[in-house]
Amino acid sequence: MNQDELKRIVLDELTAIAPEIDTSTLVADKPLRNQVDLDSVDWLNYLVALHGKLQIAIPDADAAKLTTLDKLIAYCAQKLGI
Amino acid sequence: MIEFRLPSLGADMDEGKLLEWLVKPGDAVKKGQIVCVVDTAKAAIDVECWHDGVVHALLTEPGTTIPVGTLMAALRESGESEAQAEERLAALKAKEVAPKAIAPPPAAPRVAAAAPVAAARQRISPAARRRADELHIDLAQVAGSGPDGAITILDVEAAARAPTPAAKAAPTPPTTRAEEMRKVIAAAMARSKREIPHYYLAEDVPLARASAWLAEQNAGRDITERLLTAPLLLKAVAVALERTPELNGYWRNGAFEPGAGIHLGVAISLRAGGGLVAPALRDVPRKDLDTLTHELLDLVKRTRAGSLKSSELSDATITVTNLGDEGVAAVFGVIYPPQVALVGFGRATVRPWIVDEEVRAIPVVTASLAADHRVSDGHRGGLFLAALRDALQDPEQLAKGRP
Repeated sequence: MNQDELKRIVLDELTAIAPEIDTSTLVADKPLRNQVDLDSVDWLNYLVALHGKLQIAIPDADAAKLTTLDKLIAYCAQKLGI
Repeated sequence: MIEFRLPSLGADMDEGKLLEWLVKPGDAVKKGQIVCVVDTAKAAIDVECWHDGVVHALLTEPGTTIPVGTLMAALRESGESEAQAEERLAALKAKEVAPKAIAPPPAAPRVAAAAPVAAARQRISPAARRRADELHIDLAQVAGSGPDGAITILDVEAAARAPTPAAKAAPTPPTTRAEEMRKVIAAAMARSKREIPHYYLAEDVPLARASAWLAEQNAGRDITERLLTAPLLLKAVAVALERTPELNGYWRNGAFEPGAGIHLGVAISLRAGGGLVAPALRDVPRKDLDTLTHELLDLVKRTRAGSLKSSELSDATITVTNLGDEGVAAVFGVIYPPQVALVGFGRATVRPWIVDEEVRAIPVVTASLAADHRVSDGHRGGLFLAALRDALQDPEQLAKGRP
């Protein structure tokens, strides 16, 4: 998997949770939950979906730091070694 | 003969469109089995049958819109012959004015409707269904890429971008699904405000212990096992309801009918296009927090994916709405008839709070109760909120399940 494929998966899973969003309007370095209407259940379902799709462990302690798309993609990339 | 009729799946439903049958004449049906899929203004629902029997005749054609209570199918009881069932069905049909279809079946019936019953039905998310309506896409022609092969909004949009003549469906319906949904919600809420003498109470609940306990529990856990505050609040509602059973149940035929169990309807927004549904988490008092967290996540996911069961929509004995994540201070809800109470939570914020004559900064949430004066009064409602507050002061105990 390369960075582009990872980014596509991250956005696809987000769209699966929040189908109304236009991902092209998201600002990658701004807090995601301010841009997309995600409550705590949606957010957890999103991270669990990424965990399942990418087969990476996400300890709860890390989850709170994954506030922006940039941080989320960088975190997943590091875990995947890409 | 067992009469299978279109059930009411809430005060805001008075008709439904049969999408497909999952059984055919001659099939044995077990109690609790999903026998058909019905589209309401809000979502497609898997409808269960609550009797054991053998399907004798299917009386409603897929694609037909019918009122709640319509006889949809006849089932034979054990020991009943085909001839006996036929005779009883004929007698019943003669007595009952044939329910008129509200809308004619679409000119081009769905391919799936004519085909033999598939092993598993096509899952279609509510958002995808709405988008398909807007784009005039025939969902029978769309391949699903979501969980369990569900058709997602992305699949619909992909189908719209690659237009084949076959993918174009019937002309625009007179109203969009979003408009239809607002209409049914408005009707139910207007009925609630007209008929139910609401009273409202609120109480600030300190969450210092609950937050500290959750943080401690989550510290060593993986994301898939994470515990949330929302299900802990739900558990506290359920435990407090055991002390004030008059808030848990229904107002029917001029009298209060206590709920058979404590099943919390959880208000879940449908996102795209707006609207909400409140499917039930069942038997909440006896479940532990891990189970409740898991069930809440699953319920939200299935609500959005369009795979709720009819029992989940008709079982709730009270509704809980949690607008905390949207950042409101408090919410005073409108009771969902025939229920008699609704509990609301605002956002948990760190506020100055006096503990042992000292001011401390701790997380506090405002819990509210809207309840029906025909059944309870402010004194009992106040006891409920006090029990709710107390339950949240011992999170470890609260999180435990019961045999």
